[in-house]
Formats: sequence, structure tokens, C-alpha cells
Amino acid sequence: MQRSFIAKNPSVLIFLACLALFTLIVTVLSEGFGVGVVSTSFVKTLGKTLCLCLVAVAMDLIWGFTGILSLGHFAFFGLGGYMIGMWLMYERTRLIVVESLSQTEIPPTKSEIIDGIGNQIFGVVGSSDFPLIWAFSDSLFLQLAMVVLVPGLLALVFGWLAFRSRVTGVYLSILTQAMTLALALYLFQNDSGLRGNNGLSGLQNLPGVAASQDEVSLWFLWASALALGLGYLLAAWVVSGKLGSVILGIRDNEARVRFLGYSVETYKLVVFTFTACIAAIAGALYYPQAGIINPAEIAPIASIYLAVWVAIGGRGRLYGAVIGAAFVSLLSTWFTGGQAPDIPLGFYTIKWVDWWLVLLGLSFVAVTLFTPKGMGGLVDLLTQRKSPNRHGANLGPDDGALREQEASQ
Amino acid sequence: MIRLYFAGFALLLSCLTATAQDANIQPILQEYQAEIAKSSRKTIGPVIDAIASSGSPHAQLMLETWAAKNIWMRKSDGLFFVGEKTDTKSYLLTDFDSGDVVGSYPKSDLKQLKPNSGVRAMIATALVQFQLMDPDAAKRQDALTSIQRDPGPALLAPLRTSIDSEPDPTLKAQKQRLERLLTIGYDQDTKTRVDAIEDMSGELGVDVRATLNPLVAKTLNVATGDIPTGVNVAATLEPGTDQFSKADAYDLLVAKGMAPALVSSGDMRSALAANIEGGRVGGIPVAQLDTDAARNAAYAALADAGKVPPLITQADMDTALASHVFFETFAEPSAEVTTAATDALKAINLKVGLNQALDLTLDALSLASIYFLAAIGLAITFGVMGVINMAHGEFIMMGAYTGYVVQQIIPDHTLSIIVAIPMAFAVTFAAGVAMERLVIRWLYDRPLETLLATFGISIALQQLAKNIFGTQARPLTAPGWLDGALVVNDVVSISFIRIAIFILALVFLGVFLFIMKRTRLGLETRAVTQNPRMAASMGINPGKVNMLTFGFGSGIAGIAGVAIGLFAKVTSELGNDYIVQSFMTVVVGGVGNIWGTLAGAAMIGFFQKGIEWLNPSNTLAAQTYMIAFIIIFIQFRPRGIIALKGRAVGD
Repeated sequence: MQRSFIAKNPSVLIFLACLALFTLIVTVLSEGFGVGVVSTSFVKTLGKTLCLCLVAVAMDLIWGFTGILSLGHFAFFGLGGYMIGMWLMYERTRLIVVESLSQTEIPPTKSEIIDGIGNQIFGVVGSSDFPLIWAFSDSLFLQLAMVVLVPGLLALVFGWLAFRSRVTGVYLSILTQAMTLALALYLFQNDSGLRGNNGLSGLQNLPGVAASQDEVSLWFLWASALALGLGYLLAAWVVSGKLGSVILGIRDNEARVRFLGYSVETYKLVVFTFTACIAAIAGALYYPQAGIINPAEIAPIASIYLAVWVAIGGRGRLYGAVIGAAFVSLLSTWFTGGQAPDIPLGFYTIKWVDWWLVLLGLSFVAVTLFTPKGMGGLVDLLTQRKSPNRHGANLGPDDGALREQEASQ
Repeated sequence: MIRLYFAGFALLLSCLTATAQDANIQPILQEYQAEIAKSSRKTIGPVIDAIASSGSPHAQLMLETWAAKNIWMRKSDGLFFVGEKTDTKSYLLTDFDSGDVVGSYPKSDLKQLKPNSGVRAMIATALVQFQLMDPDAAKRQDALTSIQRDPGPALLAPLRTSIDSEPDPTLKAQKQRLERLLTIGYDQDTKTRVDAIEDMSGELGVDVRATLNPLVAKTLNVATGDIPTGVNVAATLEPGTDQFSKADAYDLLVAKGMAPALVSSGDMRSALAANIEGGRVGGIPVAQLDTDAARNAAYAALADAGKVPPLITQADMDTALASHVFFETFAEPSAEVTTAATDALKAINLKVGLNQALDLTLDALSLASIYFLAAIGLAITFGVMGVINMAHGEFIMMGAYTGYVVQQIIPDHTLSIIVAIPMAFAVTFAAGVAMERLVIRWLYDRPLETLLATFGISIALQQLAKNIFGTQARPLTAPGWLDGALVVNDVVSISFIRIAIFILALVFLGVFLFIMKRTRLGLETRAVTQNPRMAASMGINPGKVNMLTFGFGSGIAGIAGVAIGLFAKVTSELGNDYIVQSFMTVVVGGVGNIWGTLAGAAMIGFFQKGIEWLNPSNTLAAQTYMIAFIIIFIQFRPRGIIALKGRAVGD
């Protein structure tokens, strides 16, 4: 019996409907095209949150479904941001330089314009020459291709090296974290060609677009919602198909899948690279809304937060990742933005700006210990869906946990 | 002038020995009355020489007083006295020679001598000869230091004279060394200088290199036709080689005024802009001037019309270069001296290189012991128990903060460190046990979730430390006897703290081996690690053993924290800086084997120092390449340098 994709995954339809409704409501309430209840900066925050949801979907795919706890997906996210940032910065600087040079009597030559752009962009790191990685920055199309290609290639090479040598479990997590750290440290150097710790800035201004930020922020919101919708659909399609069955098998028992004749490494590599590309696209949409990107964004802690979102949201189900990312990142903005009310205890006042991370850390521990299903587990309560009552020693409440036999090895 | 100094010194010595009081200073001062009253750097030289060589016992006092701006001239007769302020308007004058008080005079009758800084420097130089013979050893030392800082030809003679009468052997050695250096720099006789250079050619001191380097400093020079005679030529250069490009050569010609300057693109642009006539430059419409070719054509047209200097072509440049000869000269005119200096520097550089390699090895060793110290706790929790503890870095931080708090209570640094080490162990042991009981125990079979939960704890602990201690770095001061460094020579030195850390790392290694191989806890730990069920059936309580082992690993991290806090800044991010490296150390070395951890730490330490040595300006790059290297290394030895074999291999 062949049921349709939607019939098999009713949650996809519900999710897409919710997303569309959300986008519509924000548009109607926004300053750009609506009644102006929601400020532009909040629209940007919402747009950024959608991008974070998208990268959380990618994380869920690699961790919740394939069982690879990658602590490096924010590196791909950041790289995507850098790639689009290069074009934005180059093009905007070019317009400024051309504008200022056209005031002079003699029309500028091409090399003068390029020198001018180089001076503007790399002046802060004491250079004026374009490094090799900026070779395509004058072309939007090529740079958009690089958004996917560069992180994808990095993921491919890294994944190939890591999976080939059968690095698994926590070792792989540490290795991915080391990769992130190495990338961040590399980008922190001034001669890395990406302006060191200054990063790329002024990305919120689209070159050649006269529309106000009120409107641009909505365009990005729509684009982010579209990307999230498509990404979600794609991820749902992947996990519901045969590929999904194989990667779930890899998560639950890698050796058994290998013995069944599947090339585990290839599957892992494909999923790893694919999720890296999704993360990069999310990053490319995120950073024009944030306006600035610097190497601190790629620091290992960012990827860990990503894991925190997915874990709190509930891994192993795509909507869980989205809920977790949206809930925790918005709550985090609320707490760290100083909007949460302080709690006076008489002898001490709890300022949430200081204590939020403590709360987050501890609640993360609590979620890991007590509710491994995360917030997505609430949906199970609503639909009265129960976990199957398994026989034998159940070593942990999690599907992906080692079974008794493996654990005793 | 040197002869004059000699004469002066001879005179001075004779005066001192004979205690003759006959040479009064005032007549000499009067002889140069005008120059002293209105001193200037240009005219005062002979005056200071005369005073210094006068042989008067009061010359030193006079010079010192002068430099201190305490000499006052009586306007009525132009005599000089030591002035001392009595009240706001009047000064008490004292005669140099007799030491008698002459009387008190109002300020209006007097004029203060205010030598400017240039003159004061010359006075200071003249004073050196007195100071070198001063009975006070500290003053002699000061004089030597001042000569070292600011050597000059005038100082050579007084220095030489003072060597023989120097009673202190240390100072005598210093004086002799300084005399050699000054001889290299300033002696008149070439032979003496070459001998001095050869004497010093095996020396590692920075001062020797600082003396020799100016001798062999090269200046780029150019001449028409042949190389002029009378200069000490280091090398003849051929334009168009890697070291000396044609563009450099032409720039030199331009700088020397021997060739017309190249027309830069900026010059060309402004020249074109200045010659726009009716929207055209040299017959080319302005709008078309956006390529280099069009600009060159327009400029050539202008040059033909004689409005701008002509463009220098490549052929022009070549002709200009061909008619000149380029060479490097030494600042030092004597070829014998420069040859000797070059040879000496070569010998010194070889020795310096060897010593630098030694120094680098020591550095790498100390870095390795730091990594080992940071990783040894992990080698227990991760390596032996297989529990991944991402809050390990925070335990290191807790240890460092414990040290800081103890130091706030016990001000004595030695005592506080002695107290802090067990305290840090106790605090982190307790934290480790609590963490094991509350969190990790429930997650033994789910390593990935252990990783995440401990990350949550790490985030919380870091923020907690930030809330308690603030974001600024807290000092954890080492005891005084750990300050300073073991200086082998000017190149090789290692600070005592690093030696202490190295020793501590060795002690930890010993403690670890002892506990694991020789104690009941170690035996039980190994048993529980290999097979918890079997161990339990043998009467071992696995829960208790795991708790104690985890506490032990955490406690060691705390002690490492105290040690690391002594040289690094204690901040809430202290642990962050070490966590990835620590895991790398354990993973590279081979999980479950302390010798592996040692090998991993050594490899990472030496490798990182090696990269830093290749690219010293960039420690960030060193870390980047380090991690990239580790990722590749794991390809070839996925289980680390020392891999467990057989049944001990878990998964």
C-alpha cells in the first residue's frame, strides 16, 4: 500500500501551515507593509530566528536521525554567512568607491576602482590587496554558489577523513569541535583574508536597493520562512524515504547496518555534507539580517548551543528542533536583552542578564536527564502516543541509546 | 682627547694618593667663566674636559652640583658657588674649594646655572671616570650600567684605567668585558680591535651582537662608472636578481637624484586632469580615459607637446641601470675589522642557533607539561572510565579560583599555595563526586548525552564564576621564590614557574601510576572499567568506585588549575582555553593509557612550539595548523599513539 508523502507525515502540513500563518501575521503587523505593531528590529529578530530554526533542522537531521553529534555545524553556518557577506561588502563598497571616484575629472580605470575597494575593505587590517578567496566576490551568482560549495566542500573533506577512519561517537563530536575551533582561530588572524576579528560588517545594506530597512527586513523574513519551509520539506522527505530508514538504522546500530551491506560511511558523508549545505544557506540568510559577522560567531560554543536547542526541542523529530531553536533563542534574547524582570530575594536580586546562562545550563542538564524527548514530547502527550513497551533491559529512555548488549561490551 | 683623559687621570691619581689640596677648582672655573655661565653643547666640551682633568679633589662635587642645577653665580664678581635655598628669596652660598659658607644672598644678586640636557649628558660622561673609581661599589656598578646603556669613545680610557684598581672581582670581570666591547667599537688601532673581536667571538651575550652588528651594517650605494676607492665594499649588486630587483635599483637612482622619477599612475592622472582642454586631453575625449592604454596615449601626446615630463620606458630604465654600478658598503671603513666582525658574527650566530634550539626544546617541554597537567584529570575520567566530561575545563577554573580565594585569606604566598593545593583538590573532588552522583551516574550508557549534560554544567559553572568573581582577571600570585628565571645564558632561560610545573607534572604522573597500579582503588577502578558486572559479582561496589575515580580525576584537575592559574590569568574562561587541547591530548595519545597521554602532550607541545618557531608572529595560526594536523593524524592512528590492544579495547 503506497500512501502519499503528506499522508505519512501529517506534521509537515501542519508545520507549513503554521509557518505560513506566522509569516502572514508578522507581515500584517510589521512597519514595512502592515499596521506597524511589530518593530523592524523585532522583525529582524524573528527572521534570524527562522534561520536558526533551519540550521536546527539540519542539526536534527545529522544528530537526531543519523546519530552523529556534530559540534561543527555553526562553522558551516558562519561560512555561509561569510560567503554572502563577501559579495554584499564588495558590491556595496564598489558602489561607494565608484560614486566617490566619479567626482574626479578623469574617469577611473578598472584597476583604480578595484584598488579603491581593496583599500576600503582591507584598510582595517593594514592591507589593500584582495586575497585569493575574494576572487569571485564581484559576482553575485558565483558567490551564491560558494555559499553552498565552500561549506559543502569543507564538510565533504572533513567528513571523508573522519568517517573513513571510523571515528564515531564522542570522538567525532570532539573532532568536529576541534574543526570549529581551528576555523574560528584561523579567521581571527588578520591575514586570513576575511578581515580578522573585525569580520564583515554593514551587511544589512543591500547594494543597489533603495528600499528602507522596514521593507528589506520583511523580504528577508519571507526568504527565511521560504528557506525554512523548503528545508523542512526536504528534510522530512529525506527521513521518510529509504535513505531515512538507512540513517535511522545507522543511528541505532551502525555495525548491523554495515553488515547488511550498506556503505555506512557514504550515507553518513552524504547526510553530513547535505546538512552542512543547509546550515550554510541558513547562515547566508541570517547574517544579512544581523548586519555583521565575525569569527566569534563560529566559536565552538555556538555549535554547542545549537545542540542545546535541538535537545531541548526534542531530537529525532523535525518540528522538535524548530520548536527548540525558536523557543530557546527567543527566550535567550528576552532574558539577555534585559527585558525579563529581576527577581528581588531580599538579600540578593537575581538579574536575568547574569543568571540566564546558569538557568539554561541547568535546565539543559535536566532535559537530558529527565525528558530526553524534549519539548516535542509534549506533542506525544497531546496525541496520546506512547512509546512501545520493550522487553529486556532498557538501559536508557532514548531510542539512540546503546542497548544492553552493546553497553556491556 | 683620549690622551688628555689619560693625562687627567694620571694627575688625578697622583693627587688622590698625595692628598694634595693645591689644585683649587675656582680658578679653572673663572678661566672659562663665560662658557660656564652660558653653557651650550657646542662650546662646553673643552671646559668639562678641563674641569675633569684639573686634578682638583672638588671636580667631582662641582660636576655633580652642576648637573643637579645647584650652582649659582654671584653676579657681582662672577664667582661660582654651591647654592642652597634658605627661604623664598635668598640662597646660602658655599665655596667649592674651602667648603666655607660664603654667606646668604638674595636671589636677585645671583644667577642659577641651568645646563640643558645635552650639556648634562656631557657632564654625566665626564663624571663616569670619577664614578668608576668611587669607593662605593654600588656607584661603580651604576657607572658601568650607564656606560653599557650609552657607550662612547670618551669612556674607553677611564674604563681601562679603572680596571686594575678594581677590588671587586665581579665588577672587575664586568669592566674587562665592557672594555673589550668598547675597544671593538671605538679603539683607534685596527689590530687591537680585531684582537678584541676575536676575543669576543664565542660570546652569546646580546651586548656583543649589539656591538658587532653596527660594524657590519650595510648601506646600499650607487655610483656612475666604477666603484669609488676608499670605501669598504661589502658586495657588488646586479640589478634584476631576486634580492635586488630592477625597480628597487631604479628607485635608488631616483632617490639619489641620478635619474628622473618614474611617472606614477597618480602623477599621470593629475597631469592629465591639469591638461583638459575642451573635454579632451591630448586629443582623446575625457570620457574615454578609463583604461590604462588610453591614458598612456594621452600622456604621450602631452609629453610630445612638451607639457609634461616624458614617460620613462623600460628601455630608459635599463639604460640608466647599465651605466651605474650598485654596491653595498660597510659603515666601518676598515676592511680587516669588518671581516673579523663578520666571521665573529657567523660563529656567534651558529652558537645562538644551537642555544635557541635548546631554548625552544625547553619551551616545548614546558608547554607539554602544561598540556599534560591539564589533561591528566581527563586521562582518568575519559581515558579510564570512558566518561566524557566537558566541564573538565571548569574544574580547572574552579581550582584556580580556589587558589585565588585562599590567597585572599592567607596573604603569605608560599603558605597560601601550600594550603591551596589540597583545598583545590577537596573542592573539585567534592564537585566531581556531586556531579557523578547527580548527573553522570544516570548516563553511563549514553556517552553523547553525558557530553551534552556536562556541557550544560560547564555553561552554568562558567556563568556562575562570572557572577561571583566578575569578568576581570583575578591574580593568583606565585610565591617570591618562584619568580624569576633560570638563566643559562642570554639565549637560554626558563622561568622557575615552568620548572615547577614540569616537576608537578612528573609528580602527577607518579601519583597516577601509583594509584592505578599499586592501590586497591586503582585495581577496583580497572576492574570496573573492564567489566562492571563481573567486578560487582566479585564484591566491588561499582557505583562507589566510579564515584571515587571521577572525584579523583576532578580533584587532579583542580590542582592543575592552581598550577595553571600561577602563570595564566584566572578568568571564568580559563577552562575553555584548555578543554579542546586536553581532549586532543588524550585522544592523540590513546585513550585509556597514561603513557599515551604523556606522549600526546609531548607531541602537541613540541609540534605547537615548532610551528610557532616557523611563524613566530602568529600563535593563532600555530593553533589552527595544530588542530588540522591532529585531524589528519587521527586518520593514520585512529586510536592514538599508544593504542590499547586485545580485550582492553572497549568501544
